[in-house]
Amino acid sequence: MTAPAVLRAEWIKFRTVRGWVAGMLLATLVTVGIALLNHSTCGGTVTPGGPQVTGVGCAAPASGPGGQAVTDSYYLVRQPLPARGRITARITSLTAGSGPAGLQPWSKAGIIITAGTRPGAAYAAMMVTAGHGVRMQYDYTGDIAGRPGVVSAASPRWLRLDRSGDTVTGYQSADGIRWSLVGTVHLAGFPATAQAGLFAASPGSAQATSQSLGGGSGSGAMTLATARFDHVALRGAQPGGAWAGSAVGGPAPGTGFHQASGIFTVAGAGDIAPYVGDAGGGAGFPVERTLLGAAAGLIAVIVVAAMFMTAEYRRGLIRVTLAATPRRGQVLAAKAVVIASAAFVAGLAGAIAAVAAEEPLLRARGNFILPVSAFTEARAVGGTALLLAVAAVLTLALGTLLRSSAAAVTAVIATLFLPYLLALTALPAGAADWLLRLTPAAAFAIQQTSPAYPQVSAAYTPGNGYFPLAPGAGFGVLCGYTAVAVLLAVVRLRKRDA
Amino acid sequence: MTATHAEWIKLRTVPGTGWLLAAIVTATAALSAVADAAARCPAGGCQLDPVRTSLTGIYLGQAIVVVLAVTAVSGEYGTGLIHVTFTAMPSRVIVLAAKAAVVAGLVLAAGAVAVLGSVLAGRLILPGHGFTAQHGYLLSLGDGPVLRASIGSVLYLGLIALLSLGLAAAVRDTAAAIGIVLGLLYAAPIIAAVLGGSAASRHLQQLAPMTAGLAIQATTGLRSLPVSPWTGLGILAAWAAAAVMAGGLLLHHRDA
Repeated sequence: MTAPAVLRAEWIKFRTVRGWVAGMLLATLVTVGIALLNHSTCGGTVTPGGPQVTGVGCAAPASGPGGQAVTDSYYLVRQPLPARGRITARITSLTAGSGPAGLQPWSKAGIIITAGTRPGAAYAAMMVTAGHGVRMQYDYTGDIAGRPGVVSAASPRWLRLDRSGDTVTGYQSADGIRWSLVGTVHLAGFPATAQAGLFAASPGSAQATSQSLGGGSGSGAMTLATARFDHVALRGAQPGGAWAGSAVGGPAPGTGFHQASGIFTVAGAGDIAPYVGDAGGGAGFPVERTLLGAAAGLIAVIVVAAMFMTAEYRRGLIRVTLAATPRRGQVLAAKAVVIASAAFVAGLAGAIAAVAAEEPLLRARGNFILPVSAFTEARAVGGTALLLAVAAVLTLALGTLLRSSAAAVTAVIATLFLPYLLALTALPAGAADWLLRLTPAAAFAIQQTSPAYPQVSAAYTPGNGYFPLAPGAGFGVLCGYTAVAVLLAVVRLRKRDA
Repeated sequence: MTATHAEWIKLRTVPGTGWLLAAIVTATAALSAVADAAARCPAGGCQLDPVRTSLTGIYLGQAIVVVLAVTAVSGEYGTGLIHVTFTAMPSRVIVLAAKAAVVAGLVLAAGAVAVLGSVLAGRLILPGHGFTAQHGYLLSLGDGPVLRASIGSVLYLGLIALLSLGLAAAVRDTAAAIGIVLGLLYAAPIIAAVLGGSAASRHLQQLAPMTAGLAIQATTGLRSLPVSPWTGLGILAAWAAAAVMAGGLLLHHRDA
């Protein structure tokens, strides 16, 4: 038979077995059905008659320069700065304010040039952190490491920001004489008159304890960071301008500033950073939370894919098939194309319907869904369909290799679905990360839409939607296993009597 | 008796049985050891249940139990042997009961070894990670809750075998039966997670066979469990009984 004829023959085989088509349909329905079960309301879950779980507040976070959700609340001591200018300051201490929770590793203070005091404004800042040394951060997601170490009166840090139009360059120094470059950044659409000044911020002490799904909530005790500055110099600004204090993102108790004989003391709370939703103890979650059902739909796909091959052996049909198409590799290829296409369509329909139906419902219930680009969302949805398609091919290959549907179904469920489930629910975080690197379940990373930010402490666990491998790399692991299985299956099919 | 003996010979002489039993033991103990190796108990207090952690392997071991139990029934349909079996032993319910006795017996034996291996691994690995006797964590079978979790896990595997056997008798196709059982077991935690912390999620965890049955492994935080340990195992037993009865009824009334 010619290649198209083989393909057509396999397609007819698939289409005419009612159970197989029903199985694929089931995969779609399970994906959508499970998504629709998500009745999260802002900050908690409410069921009719059930107890209302109150959450962490429902205000949507600010929107950053790139449209991403950002945390932007800190204390700022500022003066206007024109298009060309420079701010320099020496910082001699960074300490915790009053309160039970001490400094956090990412408690920070330093100098900043920002487009304004509106939360979400573009900015570039040089800062000292409690646990990560000197950093240059800009536009919420940008983070460049400077000199490590802790600041003290004996070991102060000099920080400098040079502004030229929308280019800002950050420098650091130990003595105010020899300066070293930390980074140069371009801030698109930076206004002619920006605000330059001193700032302090300290993220909440939210320690997410549970690693299970959506369990990133924690008690977010407010913390305060207090920094002492001297040798503050502003070049390019109006001479003799007065310093004004602003609590960006709303006032918080204990924050403020004090200025006396050239020494500034600034106390701030909050953070200037990307917003990570419930992984960071806040409200909101990534859009792929609506795609959890695809994992259950996967089981149906695996069963159908196994039967698609092993049924031939059981009924002896394989001898007819191979008599008609002596090139056995071609038979396997045709089967793979048919089952992968069917699984892809089933997965795509389920994923599109799940996101399209559930996302507006979640928003209507007041939930905040972390904004991502249309491309990223399409990658998560299309990736889910691809995952089902490749899983189907893997099962088909194992079915050919082992000639046993029991072995093929169990092997794929145990290596693709079970590690994902265990990582979500039962395993300690370390083991979960390794399983999601080594097993085919790594492929679920393709659903991840929000990156993990090292400059934000949060529960970056699989349950909250964060995987140890990048989306493409994780999916590549599944593809690698599948390629090996297909190769072995072709060799076996050619060499062995049917 | 003859029926049980016949089923025993069948299962014993199928080449896969020995491998599957060995796989139940090694897979269970291996995954348990991996979980133990990653578990940490910081000085502030352990958040993990060390007994549950050292029995994590049951999640994987049960999948192989499902294979063993399902193929014990569906394998006969696949080869047509079922006609011979029913000709020799016309009472189909007795055939199913004999299969159940033999499979459950083998699974209980393998499960006991698997659980012993897991507990042993936990005893060797966990103290090095902060789960020490000073903290009140001594993994000893002489301890009541540890013994309950261990015996319960063996019984859990036996009940999973019966559930699989019953469903396989009803469905008759290997791949479909395995898919249905594993879906029934594994999908529940995902759905419970989607439901969030709601009452519906709690009810689901009380009723679903795996989440209810594995409550038997808990030794800490018993008050916050959706279902108490023995009640949970009882719910799984109800599932298993229902599946075996449904399988028996269908066998009795349906053409082979």
